[in-house]
Amino acid sequence: MHSYQTLRGRIFETVNYTFLIGAALLCVFPILHVLAVSFSSSTAAASGQVTLWPVEFNLSSYQYALTKPQFLTSFVVTLERVGLGLAINMLLTIFAAYPLSKEKGELYGRNAYAWYLFVTIIFSGGMIPWYMTIKQFGLMGSLWALILPGAVPVFNVIILLNFFRQVPKEIGESAVMDGAGHWTVLSRIYLPLSVPALATLVLFTCVGHWNSWFDGLILMRSPSEYPLQTYLQTIIASRDMSLFVSASQEELKLLSQISDRTLKSAQIFIAAAPILAVYPFLQKYFMKGIVLGSVKG
Amino acid sequence: MKGMALTESVVPGGGAAKARSRKTAKIRQQLPMHVMMLPCILLVAAFSYYPMIGIVIAFQNFNPTKGFFHSPWIGLDNFKYMYAMPDTLQVLWNTVFIALLKIVLGLIVPVVFAILLDMIRRSFVKRTIQTLIYIPHFLSWVILSGILIDILSPSEGIVNGLLNAIGIKPIFFLADERMFPYILVTTDVWKEFGYGTIIYLAAITSINPSLYEAAVMDGASRVRQVFHVTLPGMMPIIVLMATLSLGNVLNAGFEQVFNLYSPIVYKTGDILDTFVYRIGLQNSQYGVATAVGLFKSVVSFLFIVTGYRLASKFAGYRIF
Repeated sequence: MHSYQTLRGRIFETVNYTFLIGAALLCVFPILHVLAVSFSSSTAAASGQVTLWPVEFNLSSYQYALTKPQFLTSFVVTLERVGLGLAINMLLTIFAAYPLSKEKGELYGRNAYAWYLFVTIIFSGGMIPWYMTIKQFGLMGSLWALILPGAVPVFNVIILLNFFRQVPKEIGESAVMDGAGHWTVLSRIYLPLSVPALATLVLFTCVGHWNSWFDGLILMRSPSEYPLQTYLQTIIASRDMSLFVSASQEELKLLSQISDRTLKSAQIFIAAAPILAVYPFLQKYFMKGIVLGSVKG
Repeated sequence: MKGMALTESVVPGGGAAKARSRKTAKIRQQLPMHVMMLPCILLVAAFSYYPMIGIVIAFQNFNPTKGFFHSPWIGLDNFKYMYAMPDTLQVLWNTVFIALLKIVLGLIVPVVFAILLDMIRRSFVKRTIQTLIYIPHFLSWVILSGILIDILSPSEGIVNGLLNAIGIKPIFFLADERMFPYILVTTDVWKEFGYGTIIYLAAITSINPSLYEAAVMDGASRVRQVFHVTLPGMMPIIVLMATLSLGNVLNAGFEQVFNLYSPIVYKTGDILDTFVYRIGLQNSQYGVATAVGLFKSVVSFLFIVTGYRLASKFAGYRIF
């Protein structure tokens, strides 16, 4: 497509490669550095010896973080949230996208439904009324408070309905002729044909639930109800040293290897681990999701 | 109904009954789709529309035990208080300043990056760069803030370590009110530019290669190709992204600011959303906080609608 025969062209090419590779590395350096800190000893981290590779490699910070009861509790809350949230989000996305993918003539009130959802994109009551609503419904401290308020992901509905529209109409119509109802058409024809879009939405929904923290912070009543990211948020926000005060003999031995900093770093990566782990393998879907979400059709 | 009357007059005798039964058959045939919509309608009513009723808090001396409907009304007092508070204007200015910088850079950086990345011919290098630059997009601000706080720390951070090596005294980046807004913008670009780059790269890939061939035949240099083929080809997407980002003029990034700011940088770093959070949920001044939130919702609404209007006019965008 482009030709790079000339000397100037070659110089440009070198500069361009250097710039882009440099920028890309700069993007991941902060992440790699803190990862290295998390595997280093507290003294090495404090004396600034750590750059991109662990110094005095040890797993004490991880060992300590993973055995804290609060960590396990929060991890379970997050797992429940991701599981239940994913199921409800996907079910409702599919149920809304199918009728909305029909034309006005095929579904009475189709445009009214579309407007009903669209209004929620362009206007909202704001943080306080939203909070009071959940409080009035008696959901404070319940797992449902983390799931129901965002149960209908309108942007996902739009992505999926546009995907459904690409399914040739004749296929659905001929199935109806053969006596199939809408439930059958949806589950036997539309869903199997939309697997790529569904996979992307599943992935994005999981990432979304995994990463959410603010709702946990304001809607849960005690730290024992916090999801992992909320728990992490409170750790990062506070320089809490209390864990060092109430340590047992065994813990003290472990604590000599770690510091507030290495421990925080380890917790950051425990919370990021699932995403970083699946990312290389599901990259295709991550990328597709981005393009799907922004440009339709 | 109009349609039915018409059929009645055209088809004599039993036509009306036939048309009516056809209509009921049609409704019965559509019924499952209404059933599918129902849970969504109810949940959206409960968690999106009911809070809109809750906007009345802005006009009340709200008492959570009395609820939206029984709290005493106080007219516009909350708005007067909001206007009289010394911080409100500063917070509004911070919000717009930070948000606009993010919008502009969030548009330019990915476009430039996509154009440069497209010129790389080795697809392995290209793919690797893409993979690396959009990792931060999938990590939460809690995680990224944790990382930033660590590397920017004045005592142990690696950035100050490097500065120290070249003889610069430690800088407490996150406590410097002059630098704070720019740190927000820079780190936001860091998180999101990979995402934008993918979108623009997809747009470049869909440009017809024969346009480049024709440009080369005409002796166009690489720079001219960029300005006369690549950029015009990307224009619809650029216009679309620009118009849709209009709705974010008051979204300076709550999750980011919340995790990075501290009272030392409130003067330049406090934004509408964090302001609402503090006065509403921390100080329990529900009425004032809702008033500020309502102001934000209304202004955002106007910008979002304008954005969609422009998007449909200039980029043929249709959301549903």
